[in-house]
Amino acid sequence: MSTEMKRRTDPKFSVGMLILKLRTLIALFAVLLVFSFIAPNFLSMANIIAMLKHSAIWAIIAIGMTFVIVGGGIDLSVGSIAGLCGMLAGGLIVEGLRLPVFGIVVYFHTPMIILLVLLIGVLLGAVSGLFVTKLGVAPFIATLGMMYMARGLAMLRSGGKTFPNLIGKAELGNTGFPFLGAGTILGIPLLVWLAIILAVITAYVMKKTPSGRHVYAVGGNEDAAVLSGIRVNRVKTATYMFSGFTAALVGLILASQLVASHPATGDTFELTAIAAVVLGGTSLSGGRGTISGSIVGALILGVLNDGLVMVGVSSFWQTTIKGMVVVLAVIIDQYQLKKQNEAALKGQTKSDSLSDAVA
Amino acid sequence: MSDGTADLAMEARDITKVFPGTTALQNVEFRIYRGKINVLVGENGAGKSTLMKIIAGIEQPTAGSLHMYKENGEVEEVSFSSTREAAKKGIGIVHQELNLFSDLDVAENIFMNKELKKYGSVHIDHHAQAERAREVLKRLGQDINPSTLVRDLRLGQQQIVEIAKTMIDEPKILIMDEPTSSLSVQEVRVLFKVIQELKQQGVAIVYISHRLEEVKEIGDYITILRDAKLIDCCRVAGIEMSEIIQKMVGRDPKKFFSGQAHDTGKELLRVEGMTLPRFGGGFTLENVSFTVREGEILGIYGLMGAGRTELLESMMGICDKAEGKVWLEKERLDKLDTKQRIQKGLVLIPEERQREGLFLNLSVGKNLSMASIIRYVKGFHIIKRLEDNLVSEMVEEMAIKVASPHISINALSGGNQQKVVIGKGLLTKPKVLLMDEPTRGIDVGAKSDVFEIMSNLARDKFGVVFVSSELEEIFSMSDRILVLSKGNITGEFDRSEATEEKIRKASEIGHGITVKA
Repeated sequence: MSTEMKRRTDPKFSVGMLILKLRTLIALFAVLLVFSFIAPNFLSMANIIAMLKHSAIWAIIAIGMTFVIVGGGIDLSVGSIAGLCGMLAGGLIVEGLRLPVFGIVVYFHTPMIILLVLLIGVLLGAVSGLFVTKLGVAPFIATLGMMYMARGLAMLRSGGKTFPNLIGKAELGNTGFPFLGAGTILGIPLLVWLAIILAVITAYVMKKTPSGRHVYAVGGNEDAAVLSGIRVNRVKTATYMFSGFTAALVGLILASQLVASHPATGDTFELTAIAAVVLGGTSLSGGRGTISGSIVGALILGVLNDGLVMVGVSSFWQTTIKGMVVVLAVIIDQYQLKKQNEAALKGQTKSDSLSDAVA
Repeated sequence: MSDGTADLAMEARDITKVFPGTTALQNVEFRIYRGKINVLVGENGAGKSTLMKIIAGIEQPTAGSLHMYKENGEVEEVSFSSTREAAKKGIGIVHQELNLFSDLDVAENIFMNKELKKYGSVHIDHHAQAERAREVLKRLGQDINPSTLVRDLRLGQQQIVEIAKTMIDEPKILIMDEPTSSLSVQEVRVLFKVIQELKQQGVAIVYISHRLEEVKEIGDYITILRDAKLIDCCRVAGIEMSEIIQKMVGRDPKKFFSGQAHDTGKELLRVEGMTLPRFGGGFTLENVSFTVREGEILGIYGLMGAGRTELLESMMGICDKAEGKVWLEKERLDKLDTKQRIQKGLVLIPEERQREGLFLNLSVGKNLSMASIIRYVKGFHIIKRLEDNLVSEMVEEMAIKVASPHISINALSGGNQQKVVIGKGLLTKPKVLLMDEPTRGIDVGAKSDVFEIMSNLARDKFGVVFVSSELEEIFSMSDRILVLSKGNITGEFDRSEATEEKIRKASEIGHGITVKA
């Protein structure tokens, strides 16, 4: 096909389509704009950093959730895993690892604790993945079960109490934990840096690597993915393991910020993560979505939350508004898809008749 | 028989239908004669589906009118804003794509939204429904238990249930869109018998099909559409096959592809003792063994339930319970998983392209490259330029009609989508291609393209195994023909010694066919 023909038959550029595609970004700017007028000191440095910190937490779990949802699954356990991992970290700092068999207590260095806990998050994700792939449990149920199990274990770890004062003792070598949640590098919180780095890496993986492409395939059409030689079970399990990792990371960050671990940490986090992912244009049926979309979604939720607090709106209204925003986002998403399909059909029929004329 | 308006059941006059960006129908006339089989043919995109949707009430025309003729000769102009309205006037439609509820049983599917009730209008009379369902199915020559779940039926049986759904309403005009695409030769005979019966009762049949031999066999009147316009309408008896094709396609049919013999080389693929037990006793495949050579096209023919698709799927490693040895160029494949088999050079073009072969939410390009991504990767990274180049080459090689590979696969016609699935397989650089009904549901032009592709593959020393339920196709394309019946190989014929009769006989072995045509 000659290049002239290609140019002639490319779908017409439409401002309307562009607006629809960038709607999440536009929505973010809109929200920022509105609040900058009605909330005092909204655009102050201190407030912006605070909003970034809140959004970064959502962004990290949303990134993990994006992988799972694009792969055709769902993970309801992230909040509980975050809570459990926070408790495990707190426990290791305050009480150490008790080994009654040898009659000793092991206190790990802080980096070691962080690594161990992240590993546990990955393992829990792997268990969810196992339920889904090898035992044929629907992702909703498998991760719902994991949600309760992890929450229960978190409570069991301390008998329901909080592990306070996670500063650590110098002689035990486990100081430095608070840096994770409260430290800054070049004036920007470490937490935000982590979110940015994670976002960049995962966006690259999803767009530019075969593994990323495979996730889209598995979520889009599992049968066709098998016939294309994709190891579907491996891909799915990997998404759950990564989701577990992000949940563990968030659990650590929260425990570090509070300098205490509380067993109820992370309650309902998974729902906010799903909301952020959906806001960003990912389809719950799988095969469609982007990391950048989820990040913007997380930002919108973070800004909305903080803005409403600053304006003095009741937190009950916040919850209501959050729900309305998510449904509205999906409605607009469906509309955009419909328009996109129509445009593609238009371009295709034009090309059909053109090539007929030439043939 | 006179052609006077007394014999007309319905007439579509000057129908035009415009969609955003495209005209689907332009000033089309269509006459449906009572008690006759009115055939409608045309390539994909010619406007057949749109015309049928307008008559069945699914779409409304942009311009033009529909007229129904009552038995006494009176004419009334009608318009339908829904299928229910059209159904009330006695118009029924059997779609090509199945619209069944796989988790409900046959009777429930047949009576969906037309439930038989007792004790007023709340309680469903399951017993009565089952009885009537059984009646209708018997009339269609099928002994399907009405309480079977639709998901447990084979594709051919599901299609019969789809037809039964419309028969319940006793329509005066019955539109059938590719009704035989999944039926075996035997079932097609049964269906034709039923259609003839309906003809006797004065029902007007509108028959859409790509299978022109069927059209010639049972059609009374034929209407040919091309590019949204009416090209011709006349009696079937008065037109030759080649003329039909030429009017449909606008090109000289002699330029169409038919099979040629090839030189074959060394043995490429060997299957030994492929066995697949069936759930509930018996075997779906029993000790199937065969070989395929370089440059050879092996055609596999068989009736519904013969195990053709399962054979190909077992060779790809999808059926866990299958046992048997598979060699590709002397390497054992049967211990490997699907991904490894593809890497070794075996690839499957599946039967249902939308359900098993395509990623409907992705672009044409991404679909094409999905099975072979590793070829465009350096380190961790997909090289876009490399991918785009190979994709464009394949688009040209397959003659896929698409403006750019970034277009969503949804926008393509059935024939072009099928070419994408084949292209996806070819980009994996296979040695042997397994093709399951590669020409199902695509128009004459695309079919010819696919045959040409297959022949070129054979010429380039690939091995091709293809399954088809169209005897003529098997007959004209294959170098060797294998016949499967109830999981066993019942015949193996070389091109030179095969006759349609021998093949048909072999496919019926073990069936004890009881249905009399």
